[in-house]
Amino acid sequence: MTPISPDSADSPPEGLYSLPPDAGGLAELLKLSGRGDEAAFAQLYDATSARAYGLAVRVVRDPSQAEEVAQEAFLEVWRTAGRFDPRKGSADSWILTLVHRKAVDRVRSAEASTRRDTTYHQGSQAVEHDSTAEAAHASMEARRVRQALHSLTEVQRQALELAYFKGYTHTEVASMLDLPVGTAKTRIRDGLIRLRDTMGVGQ
Amino acid sequence: MNESLHALSGAYVVDALDDIERAMFEKHLPGCLDCQREVASLREATALMADDAAVTPPESLRDSVLAGIKSIRPLAPEAAGPPSPGEEVAGKPEDGSMDHVVVPLRRRGFHLGRLVAAAAAVAAIVGGAVYQPWQGEQNPPSATLGPADQVIAASDAQHYSINFKDGSSASVVRSPSEGKAVLLTRDMAPPPSGKAFELWLRTKDGVMKPAGMMKSGGDHKLLLQGDAVTATGVGITIEPESGSTTPSSAPIAMFELGKADA
Ligand SMILES: [Zn+2]
Repeated sequence: MTPISPDSADSPPEGLYSLPPDAGGLAELLKLSGRGDEAAFAQLYDATSARAYGLAVRVVRDPSQAEEVAQEAFLEVWRTAGRFDPRKGSADSWILTLVHRKAVDRVRSAEASTRRDTTYHQGSQAVEHDSTAEAAHASMEARRVRQALHSLTEVQRQALELAYFKGYTHTEVASMLDLPVGTAKTRIRDGLIRLRDTMGVGQ
Repeated sequence: MNESLHALSGAYVVDALDDIERAMFEKHLPGCLDCQREVASLREATALMADDAAVTPPESLRDSVLAGIKSIRPLAPEAAGPPSPGEEVAGKPEDGSMDHVVVPLRRRGFHLGRLVAAAAAVAAIVGGAVYQPWQGEQNPPSATLGPADQVIAASDAQHYSINFKDGSSASVVRSPSEGKAVLLTRDMAPPPSGKAFELWLRTKDGVMKPAGMMKSGGDHKLLLQGDAVTATGVGITIEPESGSTTPSSAPIAMFELGKADA
């Protein structure tokens, strides 16, 4: 689990991914990318693309559209990498925030009706349990996250998932969950705070 | 401040605000430290949820991303945070196309790479033209831009530029509202040995007042000392390294203020 050290001359053996670098490693890769280092960016891509693409698939649902969204997001990561400030958050969350915003913009601009019809068929798109180190690492983390999500109230968890994975606005979430208008945003916030505190992230 | 705006932080982080609410919240954020902290910490929690979604992407994505970056030039880092000494910008911009430049800037037939890059960086904050999860919301421009960048970012910034025969260039950006002017140089030849460039602000009476020293060539971004609002010109002369109180030679460059490029 050696963090990728961009300064070191020995890169991981061909064809063998090391586990995702720690946050510091990713931040360093972002910094190098901001200076135009394509090799560093390729490492960064390999360490984050499964989550970025998977998130895009969850939100936009169509794999080819998800691929477009992820591509746009990574190009934006490359273009703006120099603006990343590690004092203000992790590299992962910076990248995933970009991906999520683009994915949500995509589903909102697509005709809403199509998406509404298929809302509850989620999850079945070729989620092969794959072999990359990132995915393996992510799935270990995912177990912890799922456990943490179970510590939320049912309404908090549903509101959070509808918003984050389906791209609904809090107003839409309220109507889907039969909540009074204006309360879904509170459920989302409460849910995130509990998730944060349970997982011990965000200082 | 506004109770209902604070309550939007969670929905903001998961992109569950409509466009109007998002705009309102992003306007609120730079002035609210509590919301900035909360947004940052909740983003870390949100990112964890993506672990559950991880799927190996098709190889075609990797190919297109790595091919795509070859035609995109990374933006230069922002000169955010506490101003670095002399506000020099590290690194040297390569020439190339500048996308996303939204600051009006007339070019007089030469490439103002550094200035344009700086202006674009500022534009990204000020205009919100480029979506930056971390920037623009946690970096209120007035709080984190150095004084020189504030002049460049000012809505009333005026640009004056001079192109030298050797391909180097220099520009002055003046902002009446900030009361200051900034000198930007690009690829300046170094001063003769034992000498330095001295910068001057010319008063409306025609008197040259010392405005700063520049000891080397290359690329610089320097805030000029003195009252730039009433100044009628900015001059550069070659002086002893210790500087002079009045110019000892004719200026190598003289910017006439009042007839702005842009
Ligand atoms: Zn607030």
